[in-house]
Amino acid sequence: MLTMPKPDEHAFARREELVARLREILPAASVIDSETERRAYDCDAFTMYRQLPLVVALPETVPQVAAVLKLAREMDVKVVPRGAGTSLSGGSMPLEDGILLSMMKFNRVLEIDWENRCAVVQPGVTNLGITKAVEHRGFYYAPDPSSQIACSIGGNVAENSGGVHCLKYGLTTNNLLGIEMVTMEGEVIRLGGKHLDPDGYDLMGVMTGSEGLLGVVTEVTVRILQKPQTARGLLIGFPSVEAGADTVGAIIGAGIIPGGLEMMDKPAILAAEDFCAPGYPRDAESLLICELDGTPSEVDALVDRVSAIARDKGATFLKVSETEEERLGFWAGRKNAFPAVGAIGPDYLCMDGTIPRGRLAEVLTGMQALAEKHGLRVANVFHAGDGNLHPLILYDANKPGDIEKAEEFGGDILKLCVEVGGVLTGEHGVGVEKRDLMGTMFDETDLKQQQRLKCAFDPTQRLNPGKVFPTLHRCAELGHMHVHRGQVPFPHLPRF
Amino acid sequence: MNPAGQTLFPADEAQLAEAVAAAVAGETPVAVAGGGTRSGLGRPVEAGALIDTRGMSGVLFYEPGELVLSARAGTPLSEIVAMLDAEGQELACEPMDFAALSGLDPAEASGTLGGMVAAGVAGSRRIRAGAVRDHVLGFRCVTGRAEPIKSGGRVMKNVTGYDLSKLVTASHGTLCVLTEVTVKVLPKPETQATLVLHGLDDAAAVAALTKASGTPHEGSSFAHLPEGTSPDGIARTAIRLEGPEVSVSARVADMIRDVAGSAETSTLDAGASATFWNDLRDGLPVVAGEGQVWRISVAPTAGPRVMTEVRAAGVPVLAHAYDWAGGLIWLRVEAAGGAHADAIRAAVAAAGGGHATLFRAADEVRRTVPVFQPQSPALAALTARVKHAFDPARVLNRGRMREDL
Repeated sequence: MLTMPKPDEHAFARREELVARLREILPAASVIDSETERRAYDCDAFTMYRQLPLVVALPETVPQVAAVLKLAREMDVKVVPRGAGTSLSGGSMPLEDGILLSMMKFNRVLEIDWENRCAVVQPGVTNLGITKAVEHRGFYYAPDPSSQIACSIGGNVAENSGGVHCLKYGLTTNNLLGIEMVTMEGEVIRLGGKHLDPDGYDLMGVMTGSEGLLGVVTEVTVRILQKPQTARGLLIGFPSVEAGADTVGAIIGAGIIPGGLEMMDKPAILAAEDFCAPGYPRDAESLLICELDGTPSEVDALVDRVSAIARDKGATFLKVSETEEERLGFWAGRKNAFPAVGAIGPDYLCMDGTIPRGRLAEVLTGMQALAEKHGLRVANVFHAGDGNLHPLILYDANKPGDIEKAEEFGGDILKLCVEVGGVLTGEHGVGVEKRDLMGTMFDETDLKQQQRLKCAFDPTQRLNPGKVFPTLHRCAELGHMHVHRGQVPFPHLPRF
Repeated sequence: MNPAGQTLFPADEAQLAEAVAAAVAGETPVAVAGGGTRSGLGRPVEAGALIDTRGMSGVLFYEPGELVLSARAGTPLSEIVAMLDAEGQELACEPMDFAALSGLDPAEASGTLGGMVAAGVAGSRRIRAGAVRDHVLGFRCVTGRAEPIKSGGRVMKNVTGYDLSKLVTASHGTLCVLTEVTVKVLPKPETQATLVLHGLDDAAAVAALTKASGTPHEGSSFAHLPEGTSPDGIARTAIRLEGPEVSVSARVADMIRDVAGSAETSTLDAGASATFWNDLRDGLPVVAGEGQVWRISVAPTAGPRVMTEVRAAGVPVLAHAYDWAGGLIWLRVEAAGGAHADAIRAAVAAAGGGHATLFRAADEVRRTVPVFQPQSPALAALTARVKHAFDPARVLNRGRMREDL
């Protein structure tokens, strides 16, 4: 079970004063104080854990954000920044002794610069909202996490969100040009802009995926791309997981980078068919959804090449989309995979490891063994192109002990991912969910260095503490350097 | 104390850590270099010794089907490029080869993988394929605290912990000494061709490139060589198209239809196209010849405005060219003690902001003129704290990026 840092008693004791001072900074409707209203904010999309925030602040301007952070610093109170609250790892889970800083009033598209192919937006704009704002001129914003209808771009920056088109079009970090952020000191810093390369250290790159531990993003400049002229989908069924995995390697090995390349295992195929009947082959052990995009002549040529590779690898089912409607239909099952698995649940825990693609068959076999060990079922959807695996562990929250079993099973799966050369999280973030597993990937020296970076941004560690790092070290303690004095410089080294 | 100029060749991470620990203990800053092709980039380093990383060399693994390569940081880039080429793959960000800029023979001098990451300078395809930072998946290094650390991994999608790969890329060896780097590699496009529009002035050229980069024809590079820079004295506006043969020829036709207007056009075939963009990647059309070189990054449409402002301020321009659809300016000016830094940076600010880097100048100039764009006080202070987090004694490449770093 998860333990959070010991709550600050002084924060509870001075809650009324904090609320009063927040009301001096913010409009009346921007300070949420009553328990009933705060209750609406007690968790993000990682619903296993809930905490009632001390107070909720919804600033409307950058100076207000800076003032709230300065106040928190002055009163020594923790702050949890939050966008739409769709984190699957508890990254925006509130703290009972902290201010929950919601950025959802920053909801405007500030500028669309067509000529420079970028959009300047406030952090509370939804991911899909950006595409909606530019699609009438044939543009879109490429990263497309499945929560894109709800999740905010500020949250995407915090989590470095991905989606099904990452292999070809990159993650959030690859599609940003600039951000404006406020530090815990209340200073406003602009990183990047409309130009392509950062100057100085790439702190925008560091901020991206930093899970709200380094600063609060108040403005984002993203690249927008022209939609490809054509996209066609292929649905390919295989009699084994290995054949599906081999095909993925063969497609990429042939120099083809599909716009999307997704894989589902049998339990996920069956769940999708039962849920929305997208026409997936029920007898297949694995299913590939491959999307090829580009100019019409290029796409037609690639469809033929991918079809040939699939047949060569023993595909038993192959269907190519002839219309846009059909292509979208291919995706319906995949995009509804989570609710589909939820329907057979009754509950599920979504994991998010990434593995070297070549180890897929081995990992899935290992996972089945783990499923038997823990007595739970698992279905898999997989961003096959980039190796990002989403095992969905089925459990029943009403059954005593099931939650714990599911968590243990999930932990074992992630350890397996790390063992084969993969990582704990591909796109959902560490948050609180994977915090205590960080030691399986990093040693103490690695983690301390990451925390020193945090100290450079937030020396009193008031911003989102208790997330990402299993052990909190004080910045002063991390600053010590232990080097033996009086050594002969450069001993034992070959010199020329 | 160590005599200045002493060179250390650590063979592995442990020896490197020992060298850094000794530097800290002896309060002797060290310079860090691989092939030395980029030694003229940044401010001159204050150092009592040099750590040469080329003792840590060799590819650790290369899996073409997984699009991943991992090598020790001192591995010559030429070796990696040849290995990728044999499998029809490449480093898609087209890292710049600094040999020519630095006055070295490109056939002899090779930068290293670590140097590529430390400098973080990408070529023409950066506008479509991303920068060096977008292709670094993970690394190992020894920090200025003499501690070996790792970050990232070997997979394409990874949000486990802070993305330190971004931080170390283009940090010019001031935070840590890289020992291993894992990069994403990509299939080489089957073929390429370049559409050239002739005789446009800067404003018309960048307008054409803006239009071209906003079409769905998937151009991968967009550049303009004005008449003074172009080899035959005729201004050339170039748009590169890459992919399968069938698609490239169709898209060249589409581009001509949508972008060329009344301009005369010609097309470079695959070989000529590759040469054109390799040369531009290394700045060749501009950097050959005397004078100081600036590399300026702005919003693409701001490019011509920067040049207008630069000339209006009386800066003696010798040559210039645009890449990244106008967003990157290569600029060569007559040498001056102040390298015309104030006028050039004022021009960048007037055109909407961005940054200007003094890419080539004599040591004494780079010692006094800020090589990298000066930062706001808050950002400068944060930058100094980040340096301190990795290298509190400032032993690694002291002064390379800024006097106080």
